[in-house]
Amino acid sequence: MTDKLLPPKKKNPQLRQMVPTLPPQMRSRAALGLTSAAARGAFMLQHCEECGAVQYPPRDACGSCLSVDLAWRETARDGTVIAETRIHASPDPYYRERLPWRSGLVRLSAGPTVLCHLHGDVKRGDPIRMDLKLDKAGQGVMIALPQERSPDMEDDPQLRELTAHPKHRRVLITDIRSPVAQPLIEALLKAGAAQVFVGESESWRRGSDHAAIAALDKVSVLPLDVSDPSSVKKLAAEIGGKTDILINTARHVRPGGVLGSDTVFAREEFEINALGLMRLAQAFGPGMASRTADGVNSAVAFVNVLSVHALSADPHYGAFSASQAAALSISQTLRAEFASSGLRMINVFTGPTDDEWHQPLPPPKVAPKALAKSIVEGLCEGLEDVFCGDVARDLEERWRRDPKVLERELAGGG
Amino acid sequence: MKRQTYDGVVLTAPVSVPYVRYSQETAHWWIARALKQTLDVAGLAPRELDGFSVSSFTLFPDTPVGLTQHLGVSPRWLDSIPMGGASGVVALRRAARAVQAGDVDVVACIAGDANRIDSFRQLLSSFSRFAMDASYPYGSGGPNASFALIADAYMAEYGVTREDFGRIAVAQRTNALAYPNAIMKSPLTLEQYLSARPISEPFGLFDCVMPCAGAEGFLVMREDEAQKRGLAYARISGTIERHNAFPEDPVQLRGGWAMDIDELYEMAGCGPEAIDLLQTYDDYPVISMMQFEDLGFCAKGEGARFVREHDLTITGDFPHNTSGGQLSAGQAGAAGGYLGLVEAIRQVTGQAGGTQVAKARTAMVSGFGMINYDRGLCSSAAILTGGGA
Repeated sequence: MTDKLLPPKKKNPQLRQMVPTLPPQMRSRAALGLTSAAARGAFMLQHCEECGAVQYPPRDACGSCLSVDLAWRETARDGTVIAETRIHASPDPYYRERLPWRSGLVRLSAGPTVLCHLHGDVKRGDPIRMDLKLDKAGQGVMIALPQERSPDMEDDPQLRELTAHPKHRRVLITDIRSPVAQPLIEALLKAGAAQVFVGESESWRRGSDHAAIAALDKVSVLPLDVSDPSSVKKLAAEIGGKTDILINTARHVRPGGVLGSDTVFAREEFEINALGLMRLAQAFGPGMASRTADGVNSAVAFVNVLSVHALSADPHYGAFSASQAAALSISQTLRAEFASSGLRMINVFTGPTDDEWHQPLPPPKVAPKALAKSIVEGLCEGLEDVFCGDVARDLEERWRRDPKVLERELAGGG
Repeated sequence: MKRQTYDGVVLTAPVSVPYVRYSQETAHWWIARALKQTLDVAGLAPRELDGFSVSSFTLFPDTPVGLTQHLGVSPRWLDSIPMGGASGVVALRRAARAVQAGDVDVVACIAGDANRIDSFRQLLSSFSRFAMDASYPYGSGGPNASFALIADAYMAEYGVTREDFGRIAVAQRTNALAYPNAIMKSPLTLEQYLSARPISEPFGLFDCVMPCAGAEGFLVMREDEAQKRGLAYARISGTIERHNAFPEDPVQLRGGWAMDIDELYEMAGCGPEAIDLLQTYDDYPVISMMQFEDLGFCAKGEGARFVREHDLTITGDFPHNTSGGQLSAGQAGAAGGYLGLVEAIRQVTGQAGGTQVAKARTAMVSGFGMINYDRGLCSSAAILTGGGA
């Protein structure tokens, strides 16, 4: 059984804070297929298109028939641990600070033997469920998990290194006015978050949710306007050192295409949706990036909520789609810039949300509660790309298949 | 087709350049020293070097080609054997056939490696593509962790204990005390072996080799050439090599020797009972135990009983790794794949000094190398005979 993770003690400011280090980062191009699958929570291995043999480690030619036609496919996750070790000595700085470390050999039912991280609840002889997760270096790695959920299993120190679990962590949600704010706060607290800060712009005109949220235990409402550089800096000065997870929910939506719309609305959308993200990252990012190895409540993730139309424009929301594409692009640069610290950049892509600005659209629409659930799941699983709702998942699949076909379909109202 | 014999080809001029734990010197420096020593024994000048076989992990960015200009030699036959622990036997196989065919008269086989501070970590992180992608990121325990997994599965499968492995390590330390070049100079007891700090369970400190810098070498030439120069030499009764054997085994409980061992004995015209001493590749005692089985000294799964029933020291009934092996002499990179072979040549030619086994006429040497992902891929073995001590 996993030992329950206890809340961290108050930090002694005179002690040196652990400096972020990363596990080995170098990979071959083929191995990045593991990273790609792990980023969205899939379990994929290469399958030979000619003889069907499942391959591992990733390679460029089939180890059974020499075909070079290898495709990444969803693969059965079950296997058995056939050997285990507990490593007490390593020349690698990241692992040296985290010893002892358990690893093992697992024979997958799909065929290959996989050298993997071992969850604390599995040992030699056990049946397991293999998972692909991103490590602090941002690379996909294998971890053998118990087949049945065990209590507090997410508290396992090796598993926790691979997720962005909110337990005992402090979270900033940037916009109280977002319909997702309240269900998100509830989901985070249920997952064990220690504290939730909620940003509120223009406090002189409070929304109807304010009182209910402000009254919640472990929740503080603080002034924050992502379109105002000084407001963002002021809040970062106040709570930047104790923000472990930042969830950017601020967004500005106005319907309409490009030809007939006022650029004033477009500017507002870019100010909040794209430049707001940039301001938040500039103010909070460096501080969070310096605290990614800071114990139980280390900084762990920067979450951005995007419309799935960041991938391909919805002509009925032309300027808004453009702002989402800009935000996606900014998040990719941030991901590269955060890479050396291990701070995870998570994008949660959502379909049309069930709110006043998407009122004329037909269902299915994403309920705020469902979006909150996806965000917290993304953190608990340690994903990088989360697609929330049927519309977003459908659009992602079509986008992967053929972006041009998708563009035509969207132009025709598909 | 039946393999041809190695009649008329011999091994001579074995040399060992004393190992150093850490050294500022490069692989070029270590290889130059071993080459000079072995040529000196035979009375050859560097310019007369005819054939050159090199094994090294740390020559980068050079290859043996660059080494020819660096060392000012002009060989008409050049070989590079990147097979780690299997390098020694494989180098001798290649060289012996070239000498036999008349492509070359004398080949100097040399292995040498540098060991600067931090060079071991750098070697591990980029050892192979599969290691980089699929083993090093999982705790970065290096070969210790990978072989610990093999040992864990092996112990569970055959009911082997740490004491059984300890007998191998303790006997080798006893042997090392008689070998002046060994890095380890103090005795080791079974209690010390068992209570050593854990490295990667089930391995403790004395299951693991100490990386160091050093070089080993020998010459391959025709028998008449050796006689003309008045050199003591060893004959080659048979050799084998194999790569990526048993790929379908989920975990490595046997090495490639198991595929080829019958052919080795057939070629040598003898069985295991004719072997006076054995030099295994001992990156870990578990791998030596696996070799006792796969080389035919006992049945599969009987390795533990075998070590309980035999004395593995120089004066024992089954002399094994008489210079202390890598566990006690140190692992000088690719030279670790030469250590047992060079010692075996000394043994069967009566030149082993303090580690000399009485009446040592026939020796077996086995090599094992390159943990590319989850298992060692190269295996090799040779049976050598000499005039004896």
